[in-house]
Amino acid sequence: MELHKLKAHELKKLINSKEVKVEEVTNAFFNRIDTTDDKIGAYLYKAKEEAILNAKRLDNKLGAEGKLEGLGGVPVAIKDNISVKGMQNTCGSKILEGYISPYDATVTERIKSSNGIILGKLNMDEFAMGSSNENSAYKKVINPWKKEYVPGGSSGASAAAVAAFESPLTLGTETGGSVRQPSSFCGVVGLKPTYGRISRYGVTAFGSTLDQVGTIGRDVEDCALLTGAIAGIDKMDFTTVNTPVQDYSKSLIKDIKGKKIGIPEEYFGEGLDDKVRKCIDEAIRVLEDNGAIVKKISLPLTEYSLAAYYIISSAEASSNLARFDGIRFGHRSKDALDAIDIYTKSRSEGFGKEVKRRIMLGTYALSSGYYDAYYKKALKVRNLIKQDFAKNFEEFDILVSPTSPSTAFKFGEKTEDVLSMYLSDVYTVPVNIAGLPAISVPCGFVNGLPVGLQFIGNYFREDVLFNMAYSYEASTDWHKKSAVIE
Amino acid sequence: MVKKMEYEVVIGLEVHTELLTKTKMNCGCITEFGGQPNTHVCPVCMGLPGSLPHLNKKVVEYGIRAGLALNCSITKLGRMDRKNFFYPDTPKNYQITQDELPLCRDGHIEIELEDGSTKKIGIERIHIEEDAGKLLHTGAGTLVDFNRAGVPLAEIVSRPDMRSPKEAVKYLEMVKSILSCTGVSDCKMEEGSLRCDANVSVMEKGSNTFGIRTEIKNMNSFKALEKAINYETDRQIKALEAGEKLSQDTRRWDDTKGITTVMRSKEFANDYRYFPEGDLVTLNIDNQWIEEIRKTIPELPREKELRFVEQFQIPRYDAYVLTITMSMADFFEKTAKASDDAKSASNWLMGDISKIMKENATWVEDLKFTPEQLGELIKLINAKTISNAIGKKVIVEMFNTGKSPEIIVKEKGLIQNSDEGEILDIVRKVLDANPKSVEDFKNGKNRVLGFIVGVIMKETRGKANPQIVNKLVNEEIKKY
Repeated sequence: MELHKLKAHELKKLINSKEVKVEEVTNAFFNRIDTTDDKIGAYLYKAKEEAILNAKRLDNKLGAEGKLEGLGGVPVAIKDNISVKGMQNTCGSKILEGYISPYDATVTERIKSSNGIILGKLNMDEFAMGSSNENSAYKKVINPWKKEYVPGGSSGASAAAVAAFESPLTLGTETGGSVRQPSSFCGVVGLKPTYGRISRYGVTAFGSTLDQVGTIGRDVEDCALLTGAIAGIDKMDFTTVNTPVQDYSKSLIKDIKGKKIGIPEEYFGEGLDDKVRKCIDEAIRVLEDNGAIVKKISLPLTEYSLAAYYIISSAEASSNLARFDGIRFGHRSKDALDAIDIYTKSRSEGFGKEVKRRIMLGTYALSSGYYDAYYKKALKVRNLIKQDFAKNFEEFDILVSPTSPSTAFKFGEKTEDVLSMYLSDVYTVPVNIAGLPAISVPCGFVNGLPVGLQFIGNYFREDVLFNMAYSYEASTDWHKKSAVIE
Repeated sequence: MVKKMEYEVVIGLEVHTELLTKTKMNCGCITEFGGQPNTHVCPVCMGLPGSLPHLNKKVVEYGIRAGLALNCSITKLGRMDRKNFFYPDTPKNYQITQDELPLCRDGHIEIELEDGSTKKIGIERIHIEEDAGKLLHTGAGTLVDFNRAGVPLAEIVSRPDMRSPKEAVKYLEMVKSILSCTGVSDCKMEEGSLRCDANVSVMEKGSNTFGIRTEIKNMNSFKALEKAINYETDRQIKALEAGEKLSQDTRRWDDTKGITTVMRSKEFANDYRYFPEGDLVTLNIDNQWIEEIRKTIPELPREKELRFVEQFQIPRYDAYVLTITMSMADFFEKTAKASDDAKSASNWLMGDISKIMKENATWVEDLKFTPEQLGELIKLINAKTISNAIGKKVIVEMFNTGKSPEIIVKEKGLIQNSDEGEILDIVRKVLDANPKSVEDFKNGKNRVLGFIVGVIMKETRGKANPQIVNKLVNEEIKKY
């Protein structure tokens, strides 16, 4: 039995029925990582020793208590911008080289208390800024389906690790599609929850009003399992909300009879790859067959989302990234003479090109004399976009669209053309702007590369998302396809 | 000859005061002053990657309480903002503060001017914000202590309503007094828990167009505030007289040199890029909470002052001094009641006791004796059990030991001797021994009476009733 090929819920069952030990499962994944990760490049840090110790502890606990609830001894790998006590937290940046987090993020704590095993920290675009993982300061991540192609970003490694069987579950983070877009590119299931559903405490901030931790698994059930383990209010994050977390396992049913699906026409316009469109059209037919009612709708403000997003996220980033200054932790320039010199040199040396671009953009947008024209206006656009969605959720249970306009692109294809790179997030960004939950599930292939189907739900209706996604998944075989590592 | 222009100074103050909450503004670290460097810190107040602020409700409550005590209106909708600037003592390189929607607005206090009239000084706004850490410059380089980082502050911004350094000092004294009275701050200027910046400009007397203002920082005492404003006023007037153009600078007060120097000129003013703090949610403040907080506000210094004048019939000046701090006011009130002699209570507290406290650098809070014991002392004097002069010795003993005055008097045998027969013997003995003085008296030198009385008091170690001594000396000396 190839343990690493099993899904999280299958592993949990085997562990709980004592057919395998947590330690065996953990070892199986480290063996897999050792064999394939040189090619994939997903891991920036492997926590083997600690993971094995924890696995033994959980095996003893299972022996003593007869049951492992929650994640049930299943491994999870974590994006390298989410704090795990005693581990690095580079955010894919040289500026944080050598920094070891002295504390656990709330999601990390919850994984630990939910009987999860942390395998290590995953590669990413520097400070989660990027859509191809090419902005990592450390190494590139390969798309497990085709080695010349990017895995997407910024949680490219979180999606690639799951697709390459290097972890059954991973955590990523989203600011504008960073979980869904790579999930789409790598043929896995990725959820971005409602803003406020999952604590951001311990997650290195990019755009504070947009950031959310996302969950990735190989099927909807796995994704729901991990989400259920970490969701809920946290006193350390004032933006989390006291809405009860639903029992997502109850959503895993095929029945969607009478559910109303809206298809936003703006998500099917110019720029959408024809072959991707065909996959989505086909997926919509499957949902209709399962009993859903489908109707075309319009979200006329969609075209302004990207502009508003780049102003808001960059403005917030310019402030959030100010703390990386070489004073207290991380990289400090060796030839700095005074405080100002430490700032300028450390930051010039430590940050990559894209991060600098966003800091400049954001600083400009917040500057006196420009604030009203940019930041304030972007906030107004954001409100209008929210209203746009809200109107539709009065009538519809869910909206369906492609996750990204295309399948994965080749390395270097978009690095020189920043705008075309930004456009690969055009269908995911409005969701973050509005703070809504959305999920991407595999829905076909174009030239051997996966296509992602996006479901967008109403606030705190992750249960509806899982139900719709599960219904679709149960009627198709896409999630059963495996990448063959070249 | 051109008539020399007369100028008037326009002053506004920005007072920063540390709020007396047990924990910091956005994390659970303690706010206690001092401690080994970087021991009162956590990921949040160190600005580690991923940490988020969680606003301490007490900070908002104390801010509201300060606002109510300073007659402000309290916002129903508050928001925290970020003020962005790079400085090594500011861990996140932004400060969580309030820009557009401060907690309190449009308040005022009354101050008393030297001529006895009162003046209203407007308060534009009060907002809450986090304090920074401290830089320690050493020979080996600069170190940073983040113990203070994240300690809550209230910034109280006055309107430019003050027209002299004295008014500014009065205003600051009154604000300090109100803040400590309401328990929102201990206002210790020497520990930096009360800090003050002044905006100063000059204009032609009677004009209503303000001149170019400068902001003066780094004044650590009332004296420094007064000196700095005086200096800055003169500097600006001289510059204007010389035909120079003033510039809107930020200046630093140098207390040793007694001058202000440019810290930052306007061209290099920071663009703080204020924007909403997305990590914290909007503050919705309901009326019920405000009213609950209002109930916790004690009688304020000025109300107390007026009541003391009325109730205890003490002079206005005494009432003012006694109500500057809550602890002094309480001590006075209890003593006045215990002794049934408010004027004496006031005299003791403002006189001998204040002097002893000053010499020993202690506060009313630290006194070892109680108001009731001070009341006893006053009663002993009023009942002529001891003399006032003995009382002055007893109070020192009370200060040092905390013993009750009765015990001290008994232990030291200080009870006043009012036995005329006994005193008469001593008077005669002293007069016999000082024929020269008697002679002088007869020659019209009344001054010698004082000398004779002094000798007698010395002889009796101060215990003889001075009134009886006086009477007998007067009577007896004439018989010689």
